Amino acid sequence: MTDAEELRNRTKELLAAHPPASTDRLDFLRARFDAGLAWVHYPEGLGGLGAPRSLQVVVDAELEAAGAPDNDPRRIGIGLGMAAPTILQYGTEEQKRRFLRPLWTGEEVWCQLFSEPGAGSDLAALGTRAVREDGGPSRSSEAESGGDWVVNGQKVWTSSAHVARWAILIARTDPDVAKHRGITYFVCDMTDPGVEVRPLRQITGEAEFNEVFLTDVRIPDARRLGAVGEGWKVAQTTLNNERVAIGGMRLPREGGMIGPISKTWRERPELRTHDLHQRLLKLWVESEVSRLTAERLRQQLVAGQPGPEGAGMKLAFARLNQEISGLEVELLGEEGLLYDDWTMRRPELVDFTGRDAGYRYLRSKGNSIEGGTSEVLLNIVAERVLGLPAEPRTDKDVAWKDLAR
Amino acid sequence: MSDLLYSEEEDALRAAVRDLLTDHCDAPGVIARTESDSPHHLALWKALTEGMGLAGLLVPEELDGQGATHREAAVVLEELGRAVAPVPYLTSAVVATEALLACGTDDLLRDLAAGTTIGALAVALNVAPGAAYRVVRQEDGLLHGELTGIADAAVADVLLVPADDGGLYAVDAGAATVTPQTSLDLTRPLATVTLDGAPGRLLGDAEPAVRRALRAGAGLLASEQFGLAEWTLTETVRYLKERKQFNRPVGGFQSIKHRLAQLWLEVVNTRAAARNAADALSNGEDVDVAVTVAQAYAAPVAVHAAEEAVQLHGGIGMTWEHPAHLYLKRAKADSIAYGTPGAHREALAALVDLQSP
Repeated sequence: MTDAEELRNRTKELLAAHPPASTDRLDFLRARFDAGLAWVHYPEGLGGLGAPRSLQVVVDAELEAAGAPDNDPRRIGIGLGMAAPTILQYGTEEQKRRFLRPLWTGEEVWCQLFSEPGAGSDLAALGTRAVREDGGPSRSSEAESGGDWVVNGQKVWTSSAHVARWAILIARTDPDVAKHRGITYFVCDMTDPGVEVRPLRQITGEAEFNEVFLTDVRIPDARRLGAVGEGWKVAQTTLNNERVAIGGMRLPREGGMIGPISKTWRERPELRTHDLHQRLLKLWVESEVSRLTAERLRQQLVAGQPGPEGAGMKLAFARLNQEISGLEVELLGEEGLLYDDWTMRRPELVDFTGRDAGYRYLRSKGNSIEGGTSEVLLNIVAERVLGLPAEPRTDKDVAWKDLAR
Repeated sequence: MSDLLYSEEEDALRAAVRDLLTDHCDAPGVIARTESDSPHHLALWKALTEGMGLAGLLVPEELDGQGATHREAAVVLEELGRAVAPVPYLTSAVVATEALLACGTDDLLRDLAAGTTIGALAVALNVAPGAAYRVVRQEDGLLHGELTGIADAAVADVLLVPADDGGLYAVDAGAATVTPQTSLDLTRPLATVTLDGAPGRLLGDAEPAVRRALRAGAGLLASEQFGLAEWTLTETVRYLKERKQFNRPVGGFQSIKHRLAQLWLEVVNTRAAARNAADALSNGEDVDVAVTVAQAYAAPVAVHAAEEAVQLHGGIGMTWEHPAHLYLKRAKADSIAYGTPGAHREALAALVDLQSP
C-alpha cells in the first residue's frame, strides 16, 4: 500500500539523490522512471509503484516545486496516452521492459498507424496486409510464434510519423474472416527502409500529419502485441485512451477557446455589436458549463465512481471550439479576412488555441473528426449510455475480402 | 473548486423524497388535481414538511430548522422537478425563507421551517435578481395596491410584500384578496394579490431581502430544471425503446438517437451547472456567476427536453392524458421564472467584464 506521505518521501529522496539543478535532464528523467515516480499507477520496475493513479498529483506537485524537468508530455502524447497503456496491458515482459522507459523519457517518440484512406470511421475495414514470410500461421487458432511479418499498405493522418522511432500498427492478417477478427496489432520500426513518410498538407496550410506508405516492411514476430487475430480487441485499449486524452483536460475559467475571444472583446470595444455580444455570452456560458462538467467527471474519477459523462466531453469540446473560433473570425471584421501564414510547415506541437483566429477556426474543423467523428460518438452515447438499439449491421458476418469497397 | 458531487447523506435524502413522491404524487393524480379547486397537493406538502422537516433545510437549528444548506434543498428540488410536484417548496421553503433570513424575522422563520405556515414573496415570478419589481403603497401602516404573477399565493398563509417606502411587510393572507390567475404552468399557479388597507408588519429593507431571495430562487431553480429535464429524457428514451413503427423500435433510427444523445449531453451539463450553483449558494463563493451561469444554461435545456419529449412521443405526447404537457408547461414557465436566460446573460456580462457595445 502506497500512500501520499510515502510518495512524497520517495520524491524527496529522488530530488536529494539527483538535484535537478546539477543533473542532466535525461539522467533525471531516467532516475525518476527507475524510482517508480514516472506514472505511479504502473507496476514496479516499469516506472510505477502500483499506487492509485490519483496520487500522481502528489509527485508532480513536489517535482514542480523543486523545479525538476518534465518529459515534455505534449511532444510524446501518442506514446504516453495510447501506446503505453496498450503495451502495458498486452505486451510481453520483454516488450514492456524494452519500450516503456524510453517512451516515457521521450528518448523514443511514438506514432499511430491506424487510419487508412479507405478506413476512417470504419477502422476495422482496414486493408494494410501483414503476411508471414515463411507462410506460417496467420490465424489465432494456429501456432503462436513464427518468423517475420511482411507489411504492405498505406496509413494516413499520422501525427509525429516524421520524428517517430516506433509506431503502433494494426494490419490485416486474415482476409478470409469477418473484418474485426482478422486484424493483428504490431509495433513497427519507423526506421525500416520500407517505411516512407510524406507530409499531408491540411486546410490550415501546414502539415501536422503524414501519410505513411509501407512497402515490404519487415516486423519480427516478437514485436506483435497480443495474439494473432486479436488486434481489434487490443486497439480498443488504444482508442479508449485517445478519447480520454482529447476531451479530458482540466482548465481554469476561460482556459480553452473562449479565452482568446474574451480577451479580444475586452481590449477592442470598437469591434462590439449587440448581435456578437449575445452570441459571445451564450458561448461563454456553454464553455463554463462544459468546464464544470469536466471538473465533475474528474471529481467522480477521484472518488472512484467514474460516470459515462466522458463519452460526451469530446463532442462538446469540438462543437464549442468550432462555434467560438467562427465567431471570433466574424468579430474581427476586416482582420478576419486575413490569415497569418499559409506557408507549408511541419509543427512539432499543436495548440488548438494558438496562432490567430483564422488558424483556430480552420484547425478546429478537425476536432469533430479526429479521434472519432461526432456522428460516431453520438451513436456511441445513444447505444452505450442510453441503451438505444444499435445500428443495423450488414458487415458483421461477411469475410473482409467480400466487403463492398 | 466547488464540490459537484452528491454526498451519501444527499443520496439518502433523494431516495427518501423519491419514495414519498412515487407513493403520493403520480402523474394522473397531478393532472386531475390541476382542474380541481385545489391544484396544490397539500397532503404531500404536509408529508414533506411536518413528516420530513424539509421546509426547514435553510433555517438554522436554533430556529427549529434543519441547519442544512442549499445543496440539500437542491436535491429536494431535483426530485420535485422530476415529479412536477404541485407544492410550494421553491416559493416558501427557499424564496420566502431567504427573504426572512435577510430580515432576521425569527418567529416567521420558525413557522415556515415547520411547514405549518406557507410564505410567498409578493414579487412577480418573472422578476430576475436585482431587477425592478412592483411595490404597494404604504399609508399609516396600511398597504394598498395590486400585485400580479405571485406564484403559490393561493396557498400562502403569509405574504411578504414590498412597499413604496422601501420596506418589506408581512401581511396575513386573510387580510388580502388572493385571486388565482389562469396560469401556463398548472402545477405552480399564479395569483393576483390585492391589498385594500391591509395591515402590514415591517420586517426590514425590501431591496436586499428581495435580491437575496430571488438569487437563491434562481440558483436552486436550476436543480428543479435538471430534475424536469432528466425525467423527460429518461421517459422519452424508455418509450422509444418500446414504441415500434416500420417493424423497428423508433429509438433505433439514427436521427432520433442523435437527438437523444445531444439532449443527454445537455442534461449532464445541466447537472454540473446546477450543482455548482447549489454549492456556491451554500458556501457563499462566486455566487453571482454560478447562479447566472446555471440559470442561463439550465432554463433552455429544460424547455428543450420537454419539447423533445412531446415531439418524440408523437400523437400521445400531444394529449392531455399524457404527463408530457405538465413538464412542458413547467419548463417553459421556469424559463421565465426569476429572470429569463437573456436577463441572466446580461447580468453575467457585467460580472465577467464582457460589456455590451
